[in-house]
Amino acid sequence: MSEEILAVSDLQIEFHDHQFPETVVYDFDLELEKGEIVGIVGESGSGKSMSALAIAGLLPRHNMKKSGKIMYDGQNLLVCDRKILRSYQGNRIAMIFQEPMTSLNPVKRIGWQVEESLRIHVPEMSKEERRQKAVSMLEAVGLHESAKVYEMYPHELSGGMRQRVMIAAAMIADPEILIADEPTTALDVTVQAQIVELLRKINREKGTSIIFISHDLSLVRQLCREIIVMQDGRIVESGTAEEIFRNPGQEYTRKLIAAIPRVDLSVPRCSVQSKGLGRNGRTE
Amino acid sequence: MRKLSDWTKRMAKYHNAYMTAGCVLSGIILLMLLVGIFFSPYDPTQMDASAKLQGISWKHIMGTDHMGRDVFSRVLYGSRVTLIIATGTVAIGAGAGTLIGALTGFYGGIFDEIMMRIIDALFAFPSVLLALVFVSLFSTGTYEVMISLGIAFIPSFARIVRSEFLRCRNMDYVKSAKMQGATDLRIIFLHIMPNIRGVLLSSILIGFNNAVLAEAGLSYLGIGSQPPYASLGKMLSDAQQYIFSAPAYVFGPGIVIIMMVLGFSFLGEGIRKVQG
Amino acid sequence: MRYVLKKVFMMALTLVVVSVCVFLAFHVIPGDPATRLLGTQGTPAQVEALREQMGLKDPLYQQYFRWAVSFLHGDLGTSYVYSQSVSSMLASKIPITFSLAMMSFVFMILISIPLGIYTARHENGMADRIIMTVNQIIMAIPPFFSGILITYIFGMMLHLFIPGGFISYDISIGGFLGYLIFPAIAIALPKAAMATKLLRGSVIDEASKDYTRTAYSRGNTVNGVLYRHVLQNAMIPVITFIGMALADMVAGSIVIEQVFGIPGISRILLTSISNRDYPVVEAIIMGIAMLVILINFLVDMIYRIIDPRISD
Repeated sequence: MSEEILAVSDLQIEFHDHQFPETVVYDFDLELEKGEIVGIVGESGSGKSMSALAIAGLLPRHNMKKSGKIMYDGQNLLVCDRKILRSYQGNRIAMIFQEPMTSLNPVKRIGWQVEESLRIHVPEMSKEERRQKAVSMLEAVGLHESAKVYEMYPHELSGGMRQRVMIAAAMIADPEILIADEPTTALDVTVQAQIVELLRKINREKGTSIIFISHDLSLVRQLCREIIVMQDGRIVESGTAEEIFRNPGQEYTRKLIAAIPRVDLSVPRCSVQSKGLGRNGRTE
Repeated sequence: MRKLSDWTKRMAKYHNAYMTAGCVLSGIILLMLLVGIFFSPYDPTQMDASAKLQGISWKHIMGTDHMGRDVFSRVLYGSRVTLIIATGTVAIGAGAGTLIGALTGFYGGIFDEIMMRIIDALFAFPSVLLALVFVSLFSTGTYEVMISLGIAFIPSFARIVRSEFLRCRNMDYVKSAKMQGATDLRIIFLHIMPNIRGVLLSSILIGFNNAVLAEAGLSYLGIGSQPPYASLGKMLSDAQQYIFSAPAYVFGPGIVIIMMVLGFSFLGEGIRKVQG
Repeated sequence: MRYVLKKVFMMALTLVVVSVCVFLAFHVIPGDPATRLLGTQGTPAQVEALREQMGLKDPLYQQYFRWAVSFLHGDLGTSYVYSQSVSSMLASKIPITFSLAMMSFVFMILISIPLGIYTARHENGMADRIIMTVNQIIMAIPPFFSGILITYIFGMMLHLFIPGGFISYDISIGGFLGYLIFPAIAIALPKAAMATKLLRGSVIDEASKDYTRTAYSRGNTVNGVLYRHVLQNAMIPVITFIGMALADMVAGSIVIEQVFGIPGISRILLTSISNRDYPVVEAIIMGIAMLVILINFLVDMIYRIIDPRISD
């Protein structure tokens, strides 16, 4: 058993920006060990992204009520000083998002954006050192003309390339935890596999713990050891990937698993037989 | 009974501070204009040498000017002139501008390219200067100002309408209308136009305000309608030197101009807030 | 690079087209200058001789080229009324109007950028709502009226300056600029109000975009996100407005100069218009048109620097 680095307990998130408060996450627990990859699965609106944003410290402080604990490095990230939270963000806890096009600043060069965490957290580093680190990071995520990419702008790259840039930017300061919020959802299927492979490589080579969020159960299964299933703001099931797939405890989980398109099963024939028009002109 | 409560509910949707303020101010102006058409305390051109530069009194609500004329009557007349010019300007600018914008936006092509170049060149040129050019070549007067300002306003309307048409022409409802065999003209006027109503209305209100301000500036310089039937700007130009002795002479026309513009401005904001 | 060349070409083309329009407007419409110069005294023979001498019998395009070339060389023609070269008439006035317009421009920027950012940060707060309402009121006040009010309050009541007491720059630069402060504020106010509103809206829009979330996730403070990320994006629509505002300020100077009694271009333009002294009017209008085209070009160039998405 590896050491536990992140422990979320009883997380509850309520929106207070409309007339009635709306609870979007209830009783959320998560334990993350060093080097572990945990997956959070669920449909849109299940609360998975909210929980992730809470861990990353990216939820607004007003119009929102959060209770529970997110323990990291001895601090409760929900209530700790902003400065401490900021010192973790980008440095120890990094995040990548779903839409690589809009998640990158359109008017700044790639290199500048990749270096940003270093600029903020390692101010002693010289410009040249930063640049070198950024270029090698771009190389490491699979962008092979890294020096060229460094000078380019986001609109000049494809979706898959942009997501790799996001990963490079997130990993450049060597964070302990990488939160990946639906990183593949906006990408083509072939590219999806590449990104997942990249994440696995990062986990293997750097020991980075990853929280991988997706509605795509098959991807989650490939990557994650532990899986949390969420529905309507609650965890409905959690366990190892094997347990969940072999013995789904909940109805919902079973439905999710059944929804995965599989090429190896034959598609059952449609068993509805048309009974033709009934006596009154209605089908039966 | 039911009809009334439905109506009040629908009206409540339009209720916000801007809307109220806008309606009140515009209402006052409108009232002034209407009243002025039928009834005016004094003849705006009637001079009374014995009553020069009087302050506010029951006899003269805004006092008298340097020739003994009643300021309020002149303001009533002057605001009508301003309003007519502003309306004419917007009519020309919005009318021609919408047409040009619709055609260039819808059809594109070389026509669009050329037109846009001309429009862009005209666009940045200040409207007041264009009016000055016009006036210098022709003569000064109400219609000259209206036409020149109208022409100066065409580019802004054209651009707005054009970008709206560019946006809408690839939309599905246009495609399905085409598939149904609708002619281009039909599509332009019956399908796309109604959809840009909001943007157009907002632009017209803003254009109206700009027209009032531009006309006021021009008439301040002495360009436009000539005395004694002068518009508000000209009054201010005459009044300027008397600001100490007869402040009502200055503030009367000034405040009216501000109310006119502000009223429509608030109305515009109110509408925007309703549309969300 | 191609972008720059394309814009330079467009600028030149627009200049040519506009100059042709201006030429046609002032040489064709007004009628025969020779007749006007000689007045009722001239016999038809004299008028013809003068026309020959002035080159008015040459084909139009020749006249145009002659006019355009001499204009570019600084020869702006000769006044019909004063028989003086237009350039000498305008020489001393142009720096005055130019300084006034520049000062207004600076004031507009100094007021609107901090205010725009401030109101965006405190959106819907008390200060924001008050400032926005004041903004709308300011935009409704015609600049010459605020000029009159400023003259009244700061000049006559507070005695901060002497209304009508313009100080020329060759007497005292300090006095010159000091006197221009007040008219410059009058011109700048409505434009600053508009720019503030625009910037505020733009910053608010940009602040809700995804890339700001990414920036926060890297440990940026609110200020960091605002100044390093949002501002550059938010300025893009504002730059267009600022360019146009500069051109409008030249027009605004024309009106305001009359309010404050400043001997700039305004007076000479207006007298020339009423005197039908076309060479003067033509030169001024052409000059302003050239300025406007130049400003548009500069704005296009600035776009390219700020927004790399503008493609070649």
